[in-house]
Amino acid sequence: MARKKRGLQEINAGSMADIAFLLLIFFLVTTTMDVDTGIARKLPPIPEEEQETPPEIHARNIYVVLVNAGDNLLVEGEPMNINQLKDGAKRFINNNGTNPTLSDNPEKAIISLQNDRGTSYKMYVRVQNELAAAYNEIRNEVALQRFGERYIDLNKSKQKEIRKEYPQKISEAEPKNIGS
Amino acid sequence: MSKFRNKDNKGTPAISTAALPDIVFMLLFFFMVTTVMRETTLFVEVMIPKATEIKKMEKKSLVSYIYVGPPVKRMQASFGSKPRIQLNDSFATLNEIQEFIASEREAKDEKEIPYMTTSIKSDESVKMGIITDIKQELRKANSLKINYSTRKGTY
Repeated sequence: MARKKRGLQEINAGSMADIAFLLLIFFLVTTTMDVDTGIARKLPPIPEEEQETPPEIHARNIYVVLVNAGDNLLVEGEPMNINQLKDGAKRFINNNGTNPTLSDNPEKAIISLQNDRGTSYKMYVRVQNELAAAYNEIRNEVALQRFGERYIDLNKSKQKEIRKEYPQKISEAEPKNIGS
Repeated sequence: MSKFRNKDNKGTPAISTAALPDIVFMLLFFFMVTTVMRETTLFVEVMIPKATEIKKMEKKSLVSYIYVGPPVKRMQASFGSKPRIQLNDSFATLNEIQEFIASEREAKDEKEIPYMTTSIKSDESVKMGIITDIKQELRKANSLKINYSTRKGTY
């Protein structure tokens, strides 16, 4: 009878910490904290057989960016350093009709990008990045001017308004195969 | 005097470790929740390029990955060092991309299909020819949302 009175013995929880540590170390080792980041783009759909001819675009509204197999840039017929591309693109987009060789207005401005099959992926991403940077900077400037806030801090509808005025039109032509 | 004697006898009391398991469990749960297991083993070396205008990718479950790069050292004996495409857990050719996209779509809910993105994780050194071919295949598969995977950094 005396034995029953003692009841259940307490379970020793001293090694619980060790077990938890073991699991913790396992998850610490297997975990990867990196988030995926990148430049998002949309591909054009494959054109259908019967298609009306696309509307004529005035040459001044197209900003031609060519990249060759040696990773050199040719912008509007002139060789250019990659560091100047962003400013060049900004000048083209924000021209608003002042310079007769650049765009009429930001809505009509189209950047045409063509690369060679031998262009390196690194250069291609860099060009894409510079062009995206040009648009982002312009949108940001407009946002600061009009709303006194940075573009990313604006609400959805205001962002949309600016995006509509300054659409990011980057058209990619089929690549050529010269010297690769 | 008795004050001092008392102190001498007791010594410092042992620190209670009763709360240690709780703390460790807390950490454990944090890592369990945040952890993402690596799904594929890479057979190609991928050093993604740097960029500044990057965006975080949303909805990771809706992203399919295409890896491009030269095979890793131990594979070079049998596969050479020319850049190759990897889908899931094996090397692939261009014509397998459409099939790959189709099978990725099948696994997803019908409503989610328009939001599916293809992320191209390619090595810096890869030439654009192969990337263009991939893009062309993706257009044929009507999977138009793509993402060039980059890491943050300036040139």
